[in-house]
Amino acid sequence: MNITINNIEVWANPGETVLEVAEREGIRIPTLCYLKGFSPTGSCRMCMVEVEDQGRLVPSCAFPVYDGMKVKTNSPEVRRARKTIIELLLANHPQDCLVCIRNGNCDLQSLAAEYGVRSYRYVGQRRKGKLDLASPAIERDPEKCILCGRCVRVCHEMQNVGAIDLINRGFNSTVAPAMDRSLNTVACVYCGQCIVHCPVGALREKSDQKRVWEAINNTDKLVVAQIAPAVRVAIGEEFGLQPGEIVTGKIVAALRRMGVDTVFDTNFAADLTIMEEANELIERITLQKTLPMITSCSPGWVKYLEHFYPDLMDHLSTCKSPHEMEGAMIKSYYARKMGINPEKIFVVSVMPCIAKKFEAQRPELGKEFQDVDAVITTRELARMIRVAGLDFSRLPDEGFDDPLGESTGAGAIFGVAGGVMEAALRTAHYMMTGKDMPVIDFSPIRGLQGVKESTVEINGIKLKIAAVSGLKNIDVLLKDIQAGKSEYHFIEVMACPNGCINGGGQPLPSTPEKIQKRTEAIYKIDKGLPKRCSHHNQSIQKLYQEFLEKPGSHTAHDLLHTHYIRRNRY
Amino acid sequence: MNNQSIFEAYPRNDASLLIPLLQNIQTEFGYLPEDQLEKVAEHIGIPLSRVYGVATFYNQFRLKPLGKYVIRVCRGTACHVKGSLDILRILESELGIKAGETTKDFMFSIETVACIGACSIAPVIVINDEYFGGLTPKSIQKLIKKFKDKG
Repeated sequence: MNITINNIEVWANPGETVLEVAEREGIRIPTLCYLKGFSPTGSCRMCMVEVEDQGRLVPSCAFPVYDGMKVKTNSPEVRRARKTIIELLLANHPQDCLVCIRNGNCDLQSLAAEYGVRSYRYVGQRRKGKLDLASPAIERDPEKCILCGRCVRVCHEMQNVGAIDLINRGFNSTVAPAMDRSLNTVACVYCGQCIVHCPVGALREKSDQKRVWEAINNTDKLVVAQIAPAVRVAIGEEFGLQPGEIVTGKIVAALRRMGVDTVFDTNFAADLTIMEEANELIERITLQKTLPMITSCSPGWVKYLEHFYPDLMDHLSTCKSPHEMEGAMIKSYYARKMGINPEKIFVVSVMPCIAKKFEAQRPELGKEFQDVDAVITTRELARMIRVAGLDFSRLPDEGFDDPLGESTGAGAIFGVAGGVMEAALRTAHYMMTGKDMPVIDFSPIRGLQGVKESTVEINGIKLKIAAVSGLKNIDVLLKDIQAGKSEYHFIEVMACPNGCINGGGQPLPSTPEKIQKRTEAIYKIDKGLPKRCSHHNQSIQKLYQEFLEKPGSHTAHDLLHTHYIRRNRY
Repeated sequence: MNNQSIFEAYPRNDASLLIPLLQNIQTEFGYLPEDQLEKVAEHIGIPLSRVYGVATFYNQFRLKPLGKYVIRVCRGTACHVKGSLDILRILESELGIKAGETTKDFMFSIETVACIGACSIAPVIVINDEYFGGLTPKSIQKLIKKFKDKG
């Protein structure tokens, strides 16, 4: 069918909304509550347009097209209505942009600028809300909330967690956990997708920037940083570089210039994780232990299982996540090698993740001292680079320090959903047959779908595998396991849709196009490396020779493996 | 209290039963206790935050128990004209609570209602199911004293 938008005739599919057609045609309609791929709520009214014969403005996100429809997306009346909506939102907003974490990257602020709001036109009572700073990962500031409900929909419909919802009504409406509790007392998994989808500053990470600067400025401390696979393909966006630009060397250079003493690579530990995890998988299969084995590198996913499926904890791999392994190796192997007192070492993980902040504080992850002392997100590192006065795009490319800085393509792909599985298969194949896989690329579990499955035959054993991202997608598979119907041997789960490249700590906004670019960049890193299987990493081989003996050894179990904790759902 | 039977009447994992189930629990307990909200979430298979969201959205639901005597003060037009605001203020100061609150000893709750259809005897209040009309500042004080003494 044909419709007319701003006097231009365009083609439209029945069932589409005005907003969808306009977007395709490159006509921008501003939105706040709209979430692509979710049913529209039409609650913010920003996307109002004029439709001839309707007699009133309609929300384009929820208004279906009809043949011959005539739409105006930018008439004086539409502009006036949108401006009024913004002014009303501002009337119930703290108006503290200058000191807000989202200053310069806020949808409400941008719209106010776009629509030429030059004064606070409406003044009245403002909703009071209490700051929730109690969790180790996410902070909530309900007074900044504009009640768009995006966080709520993401938490319920994408992540199946439902830690927060709209409570109360009318003027007293607010987004909060049940009983208006703090996030740390409910079954929040700290995936941080609520932060990613918040258009304003109502949700933010708990910042560790200050602690990291303090450690850097403390001459008594040896500050060792490590960078997760997904950070290097995303942080460039913070400095105006193209999405997917690989800036590994610049991050290393930046960290050194900030005063970090040693820079290691979490990709090294990803290779180490693969050695332990592939070994664990083979052991579980040959000794007929609990199957399917499910990956444990995504701390949001681990917490989800502990809250919602504690009876399935035996299915989780006992491997610590890569940055925890790296921390454990820094404070044992590396400290011993260098003759440094591990107490003086301060390990900083730069992660695309919010849940890692919680994970680093888990008491079982570290014996005398925590494996990792501080976790900062990609966004926090970008802020630190800025305040350090570094011109990021002009930094030289520098290499990681040895020995915990060497990595293979297998470690690199941990950053995308399906990557851990693929990396593990590469090494499991070698461990079972003594030979590398004939084709290293394993395409059935690549791509951006939420659930990817396949079967691989190694040494006559048909391994049924699945890679799942986005917590909503895992439920069916877990229910099958509970019912004893699961045929899988090995399942990879990433809490965030598409994996760490779309983690809660990544640069904002995180659009589908950026996710695609970041994913491509990760596979490009893998493809470009001379070694693409974890077992070929020479520093890993040396680590086993000098310290760990072999995968699954007593020392390995002591330092690289962990256990899980039953948590309540309510 | 035998609340097991309340849940038995509702099939599990049917989110559309949320409101009737909450109503039933409130009838049984007089309010919605927190542990019952958890049971509801578990029974119908939705997050507790959603149960709480619904329970706080509708005026009919209470999350705190009411007093032994629930005083409903009519604030409809006729009662307003006949001085119901004074009646409400006196009640609030006599009992030391605001409308919508319950005394610490759980003896009295005050609620305001829009109109209870008894305009001919305005200003009127209802204590539990008993109507008291034609009230004056003096008579309301006497009335409250009577209930306080009764205990």
